[in-house]
Amino acid sequence: MRFSTLLRHLREGALSLARNGWMSFASVSSIAISLFILGVFLLLSLNVNNLTKQIENQVQIRVFLDLDISQAKIEAIGRSIGALSEVSRIRFVPKAEGLEMLRKNLGEDGRDILEDYDDTNNPLPDTYTVEVVDPERIAEVAAKIKAIGDADPEQPIRSVRYGQGTVELLFRVTNAVRNIGLIIVLGLAFTATLLISNTIRLTIFARRREIGIMKLVGATNSFIRWPFFIEGALIGFIGSAVTTALLLAAYNWLVQSMQVEFGLMMIRLVTVRESGLLVGGALIGLGTAIGILGSSLSIRKYLKV
Amino acid sequence: MIEMQDVWKTYPDGSHALRGVSVLIERNEFVYLVGPSGAGKSTFMKLIYREEVPTKGQISVNGFNIGKLKPRKIPYIRRNIGVVFQDFRLLPKMTVYENVAFAMEVIEAPKRIIRKRVMEVLELVGLKGKANSLPAQLSGGEQQRVAIARAIVNNPAVIVADEPTGNLDPETSWGIMNLLEEINFRGATIVMATHNKEIVNTLRKRVIAIENGVIVRDEPRGEYGYEI
Repeated sequence: MRFSTLLRHLREGALSLARNGWMSFASVSSIAISLFILGVFLLLSLNVNNLTKQIENQVQIRVFLDLDISQAKIEAIGRSIGALSEVSRIRFVPKAEGLEMLRKNLGEDGRDILEDYDDTNNPLPDTYTVEVVDPERIAEVAAKIKAIGDADPEQPIRSVRYGQGTVELLFRVTNAVRNIGLIIVLGLAFTATLLISNTIRLTIFARRREIGIMKLVGATNSFIRWPFFIEGALIGFIGSAVTTALLLAAYNWLVQSMQVEFGLMMIRLVTVRESGLLVGGALIGLGTAIGILGSSLSIRKYLKV
Repeated sequence: MIEMQDVWKTYPDGSHALRGVSVLIERNEFVYLVGPSGAGKSTFMKLIYREEVPTKGQISVNGFNIGKLKPRKIPYIRRNIGVVFQDFRLLPKMTVYENVAFAMEVIEAPKRIIRKRVMEVLELVGLKGKANSLPAQLSGGEQQRVAIARAIVNNPAVIVADEPTGNLDPETSWGIMNLLEEINFRGATIVMATHNKEIVNTLRKRVIAIENGVIVRDEPRGEYGYEI
């Protein structure tokens, strides 16, 4: 295609966009709204993912030892666990430290309950906290540790615990967010496509004389179609660009102003710097694609060339 | 230039517009197409510029089998055929110059060539001074001249004119006929459907008469042959 022809198509597309006034506005808005919701779900999903990763990293296995085993046995168990290749870190938590932690966690309410206990009558067992290389395989590693204890005739390990279910739950939440978002966005995208298709139909109708003459004097089909594709793509592009700007500005404000509140809950929000390119790219790409799809529908149906 | 062999055209509603038409029109001929309204003249012309395809039979224009043409190729065939209508079909928001240039722009002719050629053609049809007027500011005869300028601007070998003088008064009509003759003189083949008895009987050319979808008369230097 000649450069001047491309310019002509762009000009024609932009002209009809302006000429269609309210219809264009409705299409642009519908794209913008659909994609705004998609964007919200995208950001939500990114944050849940991020949170899942943070929590996964904090997931530990706690190995409770039997109360009356020897120091040598304790050390032997520690070495066996540490030797597992899936284990990244192992730390011994003596029962005194355990009691201290329990006091701290229970706070005011727990003071009465733990009042009578000290080093001499500490009811807690010694424990190991174990961190694993791959959090997704935590159940497997826990089973291996349990097997070490079972193999020993003294049965030195009383129990092995980890955050059973927590990780799985988070994964389920992420998936649910994603699926609900997808359904809503699909519905809205469908509406937006139809609206754009209708706008293009109006353009085709308004230009039927011109199109008739173009055909008569031998303009190629693609030449006739191009301005309509461009109009559709422009609608999608403008709608998604507006949405991207608004969404990222709003999100940036949220991250900035809520940093402390979320920080206290040990949640770190994904920043605009980290997510902007991905979210913007996805929204603008999808918006433009919807625009082109909408115009193709009408071109196929109404532009008999 | 134009050859039809046993061409039939039946529209979806079952009406037979053409029933076994065979005809040969040579290069540079000037042909009047006459006959009552609804006899099949318009269908005959639409088949030439591939607005319609024959239900049966073969048509070739300039050596191309029009009926078998791939849709992708149609635009290129049309560039070699200029079409003029009774109702001019100009674009009202474009100037005279733009209306004519439009036909070259949409086939992606270079700008420099467009400017030169459009002015040339406007001079030929006698409207060089009105290049910047809008169609609404022109008389009917002038509008038809613009339409003719648009039809010939890409130098087509064939001009198809469907009652080009149908909306014009006799004097203006003669002006249009002189112009078409000039274009024919310069080498174009012209097929013109008309109801104008005076023109056909005065400016004598080959006459093909169609009635009920059949050619009933085909005479060189013929007469109109119908009472008005």
